[in-house]
Amino acid sequence: MGSEHLSKQYDNDLETLRSGVLQMGGLVESQIRGAIDAFAHGNQDLIDQVIANEVRVNEYEVRIDDDCSHIIVKRQPAASDLRLIMAISKTVTDLERIGDEAEKIARMSRQIHERGHADLHRFATVRHAADIALSMLRQALDAFARLDAADAASIIRQDVAIDTEFRSILRQLITFMMEDPRTISTALEIVWIAKAIERIGDHAKNIAEDVIYIVKGTDVRHTAVEVVEREALS
Amino acid sequence: MNAAVLQPVEQALTQKIQVRDLNFYYGKFQALKSINLDIQERKVTAFIGPSGCGKSTLLRTFNRMYALYPNQEAQGEILLDGENILDPSQDLNRLRAKVGMVFQKPTPFPMSIHDNVAFGVRLYESLSAREMEERVEWALRKAALWEEVKDKLKQSGTSLSGGQQQRLCIARAIAVRPEVLLLDEPASALDPISTGRIEELVHELKADYTIVIVTHNMQQAARVSDYTAYMYLGNLVEFGVTDEVFIKPKKKETEDYITGRFG
Repeated sequence: MGSEHLSKQYDNDLETLRSGVLQMGGLVESQIRGAIDAFAHGNQDLIDQVIANEVRVNEYEVRIDDDCSHIIVKRQPAASDLRLIMAISKTVTDLERIGDEAEKIARMSRQIHERGHADLHRFATVRHAADIALSMLRQALDAFARLDAADAASIIRQDVAIDTEFRSILRQLITFMMEDPRTISTALEIVWIAKAIERIGDHAKNIAEDVIYIVKGTDVRHTAVEVVEREALS
Repeated sequence: MNAAVLQPVEQALTQKIQVRDLNFYYGKFQALKSINLDIQERKVTAFIGPSGCGKSTLLRTFNRMYALYPNQEAQGEILLDGENILDPSQDLNRLRAKVGMVFQKPTPFPMSIHDNVAFGVRLYESLSAREMEERVEWALRKAALWEEVKDKLKQSGTSLSGGQQQRLCIARAIAVRPEVLLLDEPASALDPISTGRIEELVHELKADYTIVIVTHNMQQAARVSDYTAYMYLGNLVEFGVTDEVFIKPKKKETEDYITGRFG
């Protein structure tokens, strides 16, 4: 990558594809932020907006995948171009699923706040997990934009942190439910939200793995973090 | 890069042709620079690269086709089953019976379809009329042409379509039962359907023959070959398993060429 193709149109097509992914990523980021804010404050307008925007996320996915097919049929991409297109097609699937998780968080938040059991002090840990997930996504998109395998590898390690946060949230909520059975419905919804955040971390990690595939040509899915780091830094 | 012999990783295979420190000159111009590579038996090896990179020159050293022209000289070693074919004592007729060649443009002889195929066989073997019939049918079947020409074997070879003519040339080449088949852009003058037939044929023939193909069409190399060599300015830049060369090439020069960044 880096230098230009003989065909300027080919360069333009790939550039359109790349910037489409980044725009979609930006939208998905703001969806998560919106959903988490809605969860914390119960802002009904924000909840409606996140749910309405989900359609746009889906449209991005369909359009970018279609663009990938067009490039494949017109250019028969090889080597790094081929890897870029394969990875983009997977990345948009992950971004779309992150979008779904954001929508799920928004819907759960509506139920929690409508029920009026929103005890704010227990939201701090959820917020913390969400911050990690958001920063992972942002870094994954940065690594994609700059095709930086080393940065991508560092994201994969953070996924462990989110998993730890999730378990800690679960423990807290179990304690709440045991102390006061009236909180069970709300606590369960918060479990779903925490699970959604944990899934966002997984998808960000997948995107990071796609970046390593583009840059290094190695499929690092389902391998140990140490192996991924060695591969990304080689 | 030229000092070490570049060869694919799978070691269990037999090396049919071993090229060692091969230099080739057209007069004073050096067209091949210290080439080292191994061609595996019963596999398809493709040579790709821009015009003038030496891929056809390299192919033509394998049956010493260049010896037909003055001022062309090869130095180094090309071992066919361990025997150096560049040795001056090499019997060229015997070599070319072992190493057949098909060219870019179909070149049927101005004679019947039957005689086109029988022509080479008569030079090397004396078969009875019946044996010859069998050999011609066998070669035409191998070249996937038999069904189309079995009722008109007496017709001129030039009456066939371009794609059929090229398959006739392949039948002619395999009729003498060579061990290696050299294909120099065998489909570049053909339409997509004829090209598809030739590619299918290459796939079938590799069960019996070692095939080396030169092509400008990179997708064709990706489709038909097991190993691919990328050449540039007379150097062998990269040689490896085809899928790896096209998905994850090791050299930036190869990457630039196959992704269309070559300027």
